[in-house]
Amino acid sequence: MSSGERTAVAPGAGAAPRDGPVPLPRSVAVTGISGNLGKALAKLLHTETRIFGIDRRPFREKPKDIEHHQVDVRKKRVEDLFRRHRIEALIHLGIMHDPRMPASETHSFNVVGTQKILDICVRHDVKKVVVLSSANVYGPMPGNSNFLPEETPLMAAARFSDVRDLIEVDMYAQSFNWQHPAMETVILRPVNIVGPTVRNAPSNYLRLERPITVLGFDPMVQLIHEVDVCRALALALRPGIRGIYNITGPGQLPLSAVLAELGRKPVPIPHFLVRPLVEKLFEARLSSFPPGEIDHIQYLCAVDGSRAVRDLGWAPRYSLRETIRSVLGSG
Amino acid sequence: MAELGKTLLERLKSWTFELGGPGTQARLEKLTPPRNEYGVDPYGFDVDFTTGAIAPLLWLYRKYFRVQAHGIDNVPAEGPALLVANHSGQLPFDAAMIEVALLIDRDPPRAVRALVDTWVPTLPFVSTFMARCGQVVGTPENCRRLLAAGECMLVFPEGTRGLGKPFKERYRLQEFGLGFMRMALENDTPVVPVGVVGAEEQAPQLLDLKPLARLLGFPYFPVTATGLPFPLPTRYHLYFGEPIHFTGSADDEDTVLEEKVARVKVAVSGLLARGLEERQHVFW
Repeated sequence: MSSGERTAVAPGAGAAPRDGPVPLPRSVAVTGISGNLGKALAKLLHTETRIFGIDRRPFREKPKDIEHHQVDVRKKRVEDLFRRHRIEALIHLGIMHDPRMPASETHSFNVVGTQKILDICVRHDVKKVVVLSSANVYGPMPGNSNFLPEETPLMAAARFSDVRDLIEVDMYAQSFNWQHPAMETVILRPVNIVGPTVRNAPSNYLRLERPITVLGFDPMVQLIHEVDVCRALALALRPGIRGIYNITGPGQLPLSAVLAELGRKPVPIPHFLVRPLVEKLFEARLSSFPPGEIDHIQYLCAVDGSRAVRDLGWAPRYSLRETIRSVLGSG
Repeated sequence: MAELGKTLLERLKSWTFELGGPGTQARLEKLTPPRNEYGVDPYGFDVDFTTGAIAPLLWLYRKYFRVQAHGIDNVPAEGPALLVANHSGQLPFDAAMIEVALLIDRDPPRAVRALVDTWVPTLPFVSTFMARCGQVVGTPENCRRLLAAGECMLVFPEGTRGLGKPFKERYRLQEFGLGFMRMALENDTPVVPVGVVGAEEQAPQLLDLKPLARLLGFPYFPVTATGLPFPLPTRYHLYFGEPIHFTGSADDEDTVLEEKVARVKVAVSGLLARGLEERQHVFW
């Protein structure tokens, strides 16, 4: 079946992207396109294929050839886009993480939003759905293996409930993959995304002049450049690809080496004090470091990316040093 | 701070070369694990750091426990190997001494990776030290991956049952776990039995304060003859037995595996019996 689709899609896919002979679908809807990662993805793909944006935020500095629909992903109106245009693939980035938002609102947006948009894909015969999850769904834990494969249980919520939404979205996409064998559902779990434009917890942490560390702990960390994530998302659009893939960057190194590379002056705090302290700072809005993220600077949460290397031919383009230093760039 | 660390590391490294005797530096330079531009392998093993960090352990090895290693060439020079040793002494100096022996007294040296208990990563400094010295958490996943990469692993199938046992049970092997045998069969890896004599007497446990251990999240809380489990300068003898090759399926039932594990256990107790017989005195 996949070979049939390959020939069906390839001729109309336009010029092959820079990665080589990867046939892209002719039209791709992207949720969460107004976010920094969404913008980077749009920039990478808009010359290769027709992009339709779905985001309740406006899309500033939008390339002209992108059609943006400024609408909440949960609204009925979203479906109009799929009625009017033949959408061949969906890239679902529209997951919101904001530790300061009420949990009920983010939960509805993330989980209900995912269910609604995936149902629309079923109704309108969208053959390919790529959901952006994260390697953080496994959760940093002292007993973790050094390289977690895709089959590892998603235990992150056991210690950090904010990641519950993401796990639910990931699991929902997994069961969706089983329920709809005629469609190709891909779940990507990239390691910590950093880059000149992204404003997520890991890159914000690395931008701190004096970041908090946990005294005596120095876990190995994996980072990936935002542009490399976008390239992986594009690779996942290839016909015949389905299932779960960890996406790794150019390697792993101790957290202390990352901070040294950036010239940071870490403030080590004993492990028995660090949680209450960070909680107080966060509540008082003196720090934007979410208390639940402390596990990430204390324990290991690194993944095995060999499946994506094998099936997708995945290889990051940014070196380890370039990836680390990318947080210094102005977006 | 970084400068201070660098100076300290250089001092420690020269101490290692001095304690190790002539040729130590040249031998240790034969260790070339894969390294990225930050000096670590994918597991966080840093050879440079390890060379310096083992200096205090090497001092214990040479001057304090005055370790004697027997049959160290039974450890294969390359390819996967699973060292299976008895565990004792309240604090795992036995693991450290086996690792130092293979770095210092073997030519070419072998960097051994011990599978450590899952509570080690919860300990400040210890967790980092262990990782930089190449130790990994003892999950089947880690063991499988490292054996497939041709690494030499050290396991203590008795686990904390052996490490934290009371003095009256010294040199009585506790129950062996079966996991290591599945790993050996799966990766067609030779098992090298190792007998450690001397560690049992380093900190005789008189009492295990279980409620206190539970409170602190420790596997046990020993009260030893010296109070705290600080080791006495007993003399260590390490016996490395001949590699044993096992054949069969890793998916066999426990009873089938138990027979194979029993063979390893017999080999380890044989080494212990020999060591105890040959030993002149606990302390010298």
